[in-house]
Amino acid sequence: MFHTAVSANDLWFLAQGAGWTLLITLIAMVGGTVLGVVFGVTRAVLPGWTTLPLGFLLDIFRSVPLLIQLILANSFIPILGLRATPFAVSCVVLALYTSAYCAEIVRGGVLAVPQTTRRAARSLGLTWWQDMTEIVYPMALRVMLPSWIGLTLGVMKDTALVGWIGVIELLKSSQILITRMQNEPLFILMIAGLIYFLISFPISRLGARLERRFREND
Amino acid sequence: MIEIENVEKSFGALKVLDGVSLTVNKGEVVSIIGGSGSGKSTLLMCINGLEPIQGGRILVDGTEVHARGTDLNRLRRKIGIVFQQWNAFPHLTVLENVTLAPRKVLKKSREEADAIARRQLEHVGLGDKFGSFPGKLSGGQQQRMAIARALAMAPEYMLFDEVTSALDPQLVGEVLDTMRLLAREGMTMILVTHEMGFAREVSDRVAFFKSGKIHEIGSPEQLFGNPQLPDTRAFLNSVLK
Ligand SMILES: Nc1ncnc2c1ncn2[C@@H]1O[C@H](COP(=O)(O)OP(=O)(O)O)[C@@H](O)[C@H]1O
Ligand SMILES: [Mg+2]
Repeated sequence: MFHTAVSANDLWFLAQGAGWTLLITLIAMVGGTVLGVVFGVTRAVLPGWTTLPLGFLLDIFRSVPLLIQLILANSFIPILGLRATPFAVSCVVLALYTSAYCAEIVRGGVLAVPQTTRRAARSLGLTWWQDMTEIVYPMALRVMLPSWIGLTLGVMKDTALVGWIGVIELLKSSQILITRMQNEPLFILMIAGLIYFLISFPISRLGARLERRFREND
Repeated sequence: MIEIENVEKSFGALKVLDGVSLTVNKGEVVSIIGGSGSGKSTLLMCINGLEPIQGGRILVDGTEVHARGTDLNRLRRKIGIVFQQWNAFPHLTVLENVTLAPRKVLKKSREEADAIARRQLEHVGLGDKFGSFPGKLSGGQQQRMAIARALAMAPEYMLFDEVTSALDPQLVGEVLDTMRLLAREGMTMILVTHEMGFAREVSDRVAFFKSGKIHEIGSPEQLFGNPQLPDTRAFLNSVLK
């Protein structure tokens, strides 16, 4: 019989960590997607040179390792005289980081809608906005969805880094347990890994289902 | 009436329209023929304001298309245009493709728009395809759907841009039949086409386009039977042989 010192209390501690992981992922995805749509559409519809500064900024968010962004933001915010909890800093940094990736996905999705299709829509008398909402959005969504699901799963795993600035999310809570108990580190990591999987699995299943539904119409 | 007066249009340094003038009266069918790259598609897109122009002007029923303050979205309601690549909206069913503009642009109720769309789709012979997605239709069927989609706005003018060029030969006839029907019903049409026999049959006038200009224009009998200019003759020889 398998014996373990991991108690129900410890599991509850891990579950709380998972709760933070979920919450930060949710906030980062919502904020990052809203910003990403705005940035991505801007990049897709305005002439290239006007959005160079925005493109440069987004490049920074994408190319500087997230851990460095988190630590820098967490150190500089107090220096600027602002007060923010590590949780708030994590949400903001992750949302911006997500928005940079999401902007590229959205830009690609919008540009994937053929110009000729959009001309056909406009020549029927649809306004620019109607073209965006009735034609571009639904057509681009089919292109964007798989990448966006991938982004969600990636961001969920990236939240593990916010433990470094003191947010006790899933990975951090498992490390705390490991240090406290001094044994069974692998077992605890397996539980943490299992929880990550249980969060991811439904998301990727949902994505696959939506994709299949889209494809039926083609 | 569509009045095209001395229109000039460039893409960067490339001059595509170089002083085009043409008047199309109500009920008239005018065909435009000419080599590829001569600016025929560009001219059609200038007529409904999809492309800006650099010189001259275009009037549709007296409204200057490119004037500041012209409501292009409103103007486009009365100009239907069908393109070479039929441009179905792939995420919408055939019926939804056709009802979209009547509902969103003309603000018709769903019932009203459905009734219009069903009538137009039956008109072009797609009465049994309402619920299909465009991806399940043949090219000819998609092109006829695009025609129905334009007609659902009850346009006063129809512009056709080589609507049969991208179709398999056996599907060309059904689309031409649809256009023939429209011509017979008195629709004012400008058609850019490579189908010389068809142009000859349905047109009141045929214009030969070359280097961004109307090189020669006349009745089908004149232009096909007795072209005056050597370039017109050369072009007709090359396509009719
Ligand atoms: N959006 C565009 N940008 C730059 N050049 C274009 C554009 N559209 C068309 N052209 C050029 O304008 C010329 C005329 O094109 P087009 O009107 O499509 O000719 P046609 O329909 O007679 O074949 C061609 O040389 C084409 O390459
Ligand atoms: Mg063309």
